Amino acid sequence: MLVNRARQGDVQAFEQLVKQYDRQVFRIAQHITQNREDAEDVVQDAFLKAYEKLEQFQGNSKFYTWLVRIAVNESLMRLRKRRTGRMVSIDEDVETEEGSMPRDLAEWRPDPEMMYGQSELAEILRKTIQGLPPGFRVVFVLRDVEGLSTEETAETLGLSVPAVKSRLLRARLQLRERLSRYFRKNEDGTK
Amino acid sequence: MTCTEFLAQLGDFLDNQVTTGLVADLQDHLAGCEHCVITMQTTRKTIEIYRNHEVYELPAGLRERLQAAILAKCKKGC
Repeated sequence: MLVNRARQGDVQAFEQLVKQYDRQVFRIAQHITQNREDAEDVVQDAFLKAYEKLEQFQGNSKFYTWLVRIAVNESLMRLRKRRTGRMVSIDEDVETEEGSMPRDLAEWRPDPEMMYGQSELAEILRKTIQGLPPGFRVVFVLRDVEGLSTEETAETLGLSVPAVKSRLLRARLQLRERLSRYFRKNEDGTK
Repeated sequence: MTCTEFLAQLGDFLDNQVTTGLVADLQDHLAGCEHCVITMQTTRKTIEIYRNHEVYELPAGLRERLQAAILAKCKKGC
């Protein structure tokens, strides 16, 4: 197993782990920090920290979730540095009731993402998710994009399972509402 | 079941985490409520789209810089 080999000092095994997870760690860091330079620094710091602390990795959780926890903490620290004097927390703005009831009830086109080119679609998805409160965004990214379980997401963020479920549902509904503008069926047949 | 009650269960329903009895109640509601059918389908599609499309690509050269940083750290002591 790669992790065991890396723990025994096999640097090539660790490099394999980096290749396996660098995309995911970068995505998480970028979603939290919303800044490419910071996200790149987070990736580097998170992997170096993981390498340093590999001996402390217990092996009773998955290596990936352990690494994600490091990356989330590094990302939040980076945000705090950038916004000096302002408290940064993943609880920011979560009290809003916006988007908890669906308003746009139009059907979407079949395969709506086919209406846009790759880069146009990526831009729509970026813009849409950037509009979510940070506390919803991070839960959606960990749970729905990166595939952590509800329990792993709760543990990583220091939240209760019901809090994760509630934020996840509201994140999903808010994203749905906003994407509906782009993907809904129009009666006149235009985009 | 009202739409609000349906919505409260939507997250667990999409994640297949509701009990069999509750599934039947949710399906009964869906059979008579077009709005909730649309909300469920488009929410499911939202998740699918975000899961299947790369929103942020790994920046060019980052992997190489990362490997170099790890090797440098290793030389200092590993």
